[in-house]
Amino acid sequence: MPLVVVSDLTKTYLLGQTAVPALRGVTLAIDRGEFVAVMGSSGSGKSTLMNLLGCLDAPSSGSYHLAGQDVLRLSSNKLAAVRNTSIGFVFQQFNLLARATALENVELPMVYAGLGRRERRRRARNALAQVGLSDRGHHRPSQLSGGQQQRVAIARALVNQPLLLLADEPTGALDSVTSEEIMAFLVRLNEGGLTVIVVTHDAEVARYARRVIHFKDGRVVSDDLNQHIRAAA
Amino acid sequence: MKLVNSTLAALRAVRVNKLRSALTMLGIVLGVSSVTVMMAVGGGASQRIQIEVRNLGANTIVLNSGALKSRGVSKGQGSRPSVTLADAQAIENEVPAVVAASPQHNFAGMQLIYGNANWSTLVTGTTPEYLTIRNWAVSRGRAFDREDVVQGSKVVVLGRTVAEKLFGNQSPVGQEIRINRIPMTVIGELAAKGQSLAGLDTDDTAVIPISTAFNRVIGRNPANPRAISGVILKVRDGANMAAAFTEIRQVVRQRHGLLPAQEDDFHLINLTEVMRAKEDSARALGILLAAIASVSLLVGGIGIMNIMLVSVTERIREIGLRLAVGARRSDILGQFLVEATILSLIGGIAGVALGVAGAVAVERYANLGVVLNGQLSLVAMAFAAAVGIFFGFYPAWKASLLQPVEALRSD
Repeated sequence: MPLVVVSDLTKTYLLGQTAVPALRGVTLAIDRGEFVAVMGSSGSGKSTLMNLLGCLDAPSSGSYHLAGQDVLRLSSNKLAAVRNTSIGFVFQQFNLLARATALENVELPMVYAGLGRRERRRRARNALAQVGLSDRGHHRPSQLSGGQQQRVAIARALVNQPLLLLADEPTGALDSVTSEEIMAFLVRLNEGGLTVIVVTHDAEVARYARRVIHFKDGRVVSDDLNQHIRAAA
Repeated sequence: MKLVNSTLAALRAVRVNKLRSALTMLGIVLGVSSVTVMMAVGGGASQRIQIEVRNLGANTIVLNSGALKSRGVSKGQGSRPSVTLADAQAIENEVPAVVAASPQHNFAGMQLIYGNANWSTLVTGTTPEYLTIRNWAVSRGRAFDREDVVQGSKVVVLGRTVAEKLFGNQSPVGQEIRINRIPMTVIGELAAKGQSLAGLDTDDTAVIPISTAFNRVIGRNPANPRAISGVILKVRDGANMAAAFTEIRQVVRQRHGLLPAQEDDFHLINLTEVMRAKEDSARALGILLAAIASVSLLVGGIGIMNIMLVSVTERIREIGLRLAVGARRSDILGQFLVEATILSLIGGIAGVALGVAGAVAVERYANLGVVLNGQLSLVAMAFAAAVGIFFGFYPAWKASLLQPVEALRSD
């Protein structure tokens, strides 16, 4: 049974009176342990798909099963629990709380998981150590570089041990050297068994993935295995 | 446990975002403190009036000698010594509503001497009823009685201020002082009444039997040897003051032989009415202050509303992020509710504290009595808190209804 199964998923935005279709019927299955890159130009619907997979938005029609669970039928509290424990989301703009320290940012999902203060702190330290930021725990986002901020965001995405890591243009705001570091890190996570889906318009980034799906005008136009996987640095 | 956690988190948020918190609380602080100060000042004014009314005695009418007009120029009240002891007696006998009439023969600025100490004051010659009508208690010794008046005894009852000036903290009772060179025995001291509304010291006075005043201390008016300064009249409780007033006027006019076309040669003042007018103006002042206070509370409320709407709207991205990492709607609502409540409470308490400090400052530096009204401060606090909590909660509630990605996209 694949981890992610979507069928005939559509999403239409209403801009004033005009209906703008962003996804026009997407059917996909992604297995556990895959590393998938979703590519396409801007407006192709790749980010919309990502938001739907991350349960950050509701589709207009279609179905979505995550680990066998029909997430579109879940109550809002159950859905919150899915976002909390099953999915880790990494954003292009990091989306860290500006006034909280790195540790506090990483702790945030655990607050909503109902973990005790001490356990949260312990796990947050481990997660930061995993991304190589042990010594930056008490820094605020503004005191960290872009790459460091993205690593804090990744630590936050991982801290509740999700089934699925979704990264929407994770290197979009970073220079090429830092981008490689981040991608290498995602590769290592995938090698550890985590299912990773990365949205990007950058072919260099997509080369790390084993499977590449191309989007155009809200539809899948190609879905291939990558013959030339770039080795992690 | 969850509430404790949210409270700790909210306190931390309040502390971390000092400027935002301070701005949010500002409206609450100003609104609550202005209500506290205004209502304290208004309460003080109405309390002063009530004390004044109590000091004067209720249902009192004063009859004074009239003004002498010479070539159109009025020489002022009392310049025409028309009212006599017999008038006082006649009013008491002929007007049933009048239960007591106390004639007065006054001299302002008469020197009292005790040993090395001296003091000039208002000396009032009168009858024992005077103190009853004015609700004035004797704190030491005794008041003079009818016998003293009949005998023309050389006795005096001192007001608190005079006693203090001449005797300090010693009891004046039994001591001999000189008034206008006449040796008089102090038989009593009056209880302190304090300032009148006009700012005069009511206790700066000495009271003696009217016969003694006439015959020894003050002497007779050369223009009319039978004239006195005036009469204080006490009307029976529940009687119609206006009717009594008219009746008294008729009796005096008749006795003075005035023709219908002639003006009164005396002054009749309904003190109750004067007091009622003062009470009315104090009430009007109170209403005015309450109106100003409500407006400032309303303005404060609008301030609270704006800053809450703005600061929570600014944080819709934060709400989106929290939803994205797994916050339930109830988590978001709880967080913002607790934050708004804590800000409103701190602001409200600070407002009451500032208001009390302001009221104390008014009392000390403007020399105005104030009466703090805790209940109204609480009402103001509750109002400010309700506004703060509602407008802190409402945008958060709306944001929590959004899809996380919509909230994340907001600017």
